[in-house]
Amino acid sequence: MTALTMAKALNEGLRKAMEDDPKVLIMGEDVGKLGGVFRVTDGLQKDFGEDRVIDTPLAESGIIGTAVGLAIRGYRPVCEIQFDGFVFPGFDQIVSQVAKMYNRSAGLVRMPITIRIPFGGGIGAVEHHSESPEAYFAHTAGLKVVACSNPSDAYWMIQQSIASDDPIVFFEPKRRYHAAKSELDPEPYPLHQARVVRPGRDVTLLAYGPMVAMALESAAAAAEDGRELEVIDLRSISPLDMPSVIESVERTGRLIVVHEAPHSFGVGAEIAARVQEQAFYSLEAPVLRVSGYDTPYPPSRLENEWLPNIDRILDAVEQSLGY
Amino acid sequence: MTEHVRAVQPEPDMVQLLTPEGQRVEHPDYPLDITDEQIAALYRDLVLVRRIDTEAIALQRQGELGLWASLLGQEAAQVGAGRALRKHDMAFPTYREHGVAWCRDVDPMSLLGLFRGTNLGGFNPHEHNFNMYTIVIGAQTLHATGYAMGVVRDGAVGTGDPERDTAVLAFFGDGASSQGDVNEAFVFAAAGNLPVVFFCQNNQWAISEPVTTQSRVPLYKRASGFGFPGMRIDGNDVLASLAVTRKALDDARNAQGPTLIEAFTYRMNPHTTNDDTRRYRLGSEAETWKLKDPIARVKAYLLREAKISADFFTDLEQESKRLAEHIRAGCRALPDPTPESVFEHVHVDMPNELREQRDDFAAFVSSIEEVSA
Ligand SMILES: Cc1ncc(C[n+]2csc(CCOP(=O)(O)OP(=O)(O)O)c2C)c(N)n1
Repeated sequence: MTALTMAKALNEGLRKAMEDDPKVLIMGEDVGKLGGVFRVTDGLQKDFGEDRVIDTPLAESGIIGTAVGLAIRGYRPVCEIQFDGFVFPGFDQIVSQVAKMYNRSAGLVRMPITIRIPFGGGIGAVEHHSESPEAYFAHTAGLKVVACSNPSDAYWMIQQSIASDDPIVFFEPKRRYHAAKSELDPEPYPLHQARVVRPGRDVTLLAYGPMVAMALESAAAAAEDGRELEVIDLRSISPLDMPSVIESVERTGRLIVVHEAPHSFGVGAEIAARVQEQAFYSLEAPVLRVSGYDTPYPPSRLENEWLPNIDRILDAVEQSLGY
Repeated sequence: MTEHVRAVQPEPDMVQLLTPEGQRVEHPDYPLDITDEQIAALYRDLVLVRRIDTEAIALQRQGELGLWASLLGQEAAQVGAGRALRKHDMAFPTYREHGVAWCRDVDPMSLLGLFRGTNLGGFNPHEHNFNMYTIVIGAQTLHATGYAMGVVRDGAVGTGDPERDTAVLAFFGDGASSQGDVNEAFVFAAAGNLPVVFFCQNNQWAISEPVTTQSRVPLYKRASGFGFPGMRIDGNDVLASLAVTRKALDDARNAQGPTLIEAFTYRMNPHTTNDDTRRYRLGSEAETWKLKDPIARVKAYLLREAKISADFFTDLEQESKRLAEHIRAGCRALPDPTPESVFEHVHVDMPNELREQRDDFAAFVSSIEEVSA
């Protein structure tokens, strides 16, 4: 098989899902002729038609709200939100309708909706185009939240999400869309399972989405100093695969969570809480977070410093080892 | 679904006071008393805002700006509307209203920080009664409506005192007309009979989506369903834009309530410097619109009908060059944000924990600067 970029892998995954199930629809702004602003849906409207790949009016509440109705009618909508910062006009529909319908109907109405959101920064964009809003969704009962970090996962995870009968908010690290190409794994890995992407024994680095590549680079740099960092790609933010995390922490005794999202009340906080509940006696140091700061996403001229980077991750490694 | 319903209404009448050939025409509802000197002044605005746009695009190409949203083709709509405002009126732009900013005396440099990535807005809306740019589509129409609610509560409408009566002008695009926020703004404005004018630049495209994706009826007709007047103007005609906006703002100030103006125009350039129009529209479309250029028609009028000296045009050329130089030099000189600045103004009262983060961040940035120095 040939190597693909993440954008192309998602495109192939979407294509496969549409071929496999005629109920799968794609809807969003500019997803048709343009193929999406990142070209993830490139060519799909041409091949599947305007009634399966729908350029919607410019209204996110409309996109999500009509997806709810389509789901009630038996369809499997895949909604594209153009950028992270533009999900909020649709937030009410996601939190109050998509997330709750199954529960309110006592299990009679399912919401097999996938909400794709390009997220994260590092592309020099203007405001609202670089945010990491995953915690809002993970905090909402009834939603599942995943993030892919590489082309193969992108290909398989998007298909698994579309096939899921639960609604899934699917985060795509936009700065990785056209980064490295890689081959696709022949088989999918379970959707809600974390994966060790680099084994090590000194400190565990836990990351997802765009920060997996950063964690791997940091581990490579640390190896030059004789530090063996284990890197876990979380993949699923909600539900969390705690057994995999705990297993690693029991071996290394040290955990650092890395995310672009702001520091407080985020995914890192949840993981830290659970690790101290579940592996207290294995910990050699407090769980640390390397994250964005508790500010709005900064002007792009400062984003590379504001975002977690190798320097900040390695500082945290030293801090962890210093306990 | 495959058989998409396209706009079913015939092309409606639109207000035009200056034809593409540069002929003045009268409209019974919009008499415009204007001297040739005043038309020449509008011409100057049009030429200079196009120059700002051209320079910004060039700066983006040179890597000095991260992005630029071009106004090419929309100069007349913006300058007409901008010049219809009085000093104490308030305007709420999208991210493309560089021409309105110009008319409000906002230094073009104040607009560039957002696109260069040195700030997130960064100018005082009260200084020129021009709000910061809003990127989240449609949100500003509600802000304009709320501002108009405040104007009413302050007793600043319908007094007959031109120094006191105030109107609000809200800009948005054809794509934005689909957003809930915009429709809610219409509802609030109608319910409160508010002094707000909704100015929609229908430039035919919302990135790759034609206006027919948003609406089956001409957009100005939406107003009647909300209970206020709507009209369409030739958006490439600066005189029509001036006259119709002036009338709508007068109505607003006189407590006659809101108006929707649809300026029928065309986005000549890609959506932003990141966009590629070849994927979704034919180049011939722009060629057709070129014949309706907003600047050429004013020039034709001035050369043929008005006694404007040749010096005016050469002086303007010089002024345009100086403005370009100001933008080029000023853009490169825009100060980079300091690490501390990211933490300033997050809260009025900075929490201690944020202060600690600020100090950590500043120390981190200076440590890497030392290493690289
Ligand atoms: C809420 C929201 N959704 C999506 C976007 C992405 N986006 C930026 S501009 C744009 C099209 C806007 O079209 P229109 O309102 O016609 O204005 P124009 O850009 O043509 O001036 C879109 C979809 C956004 N900025 N905000």
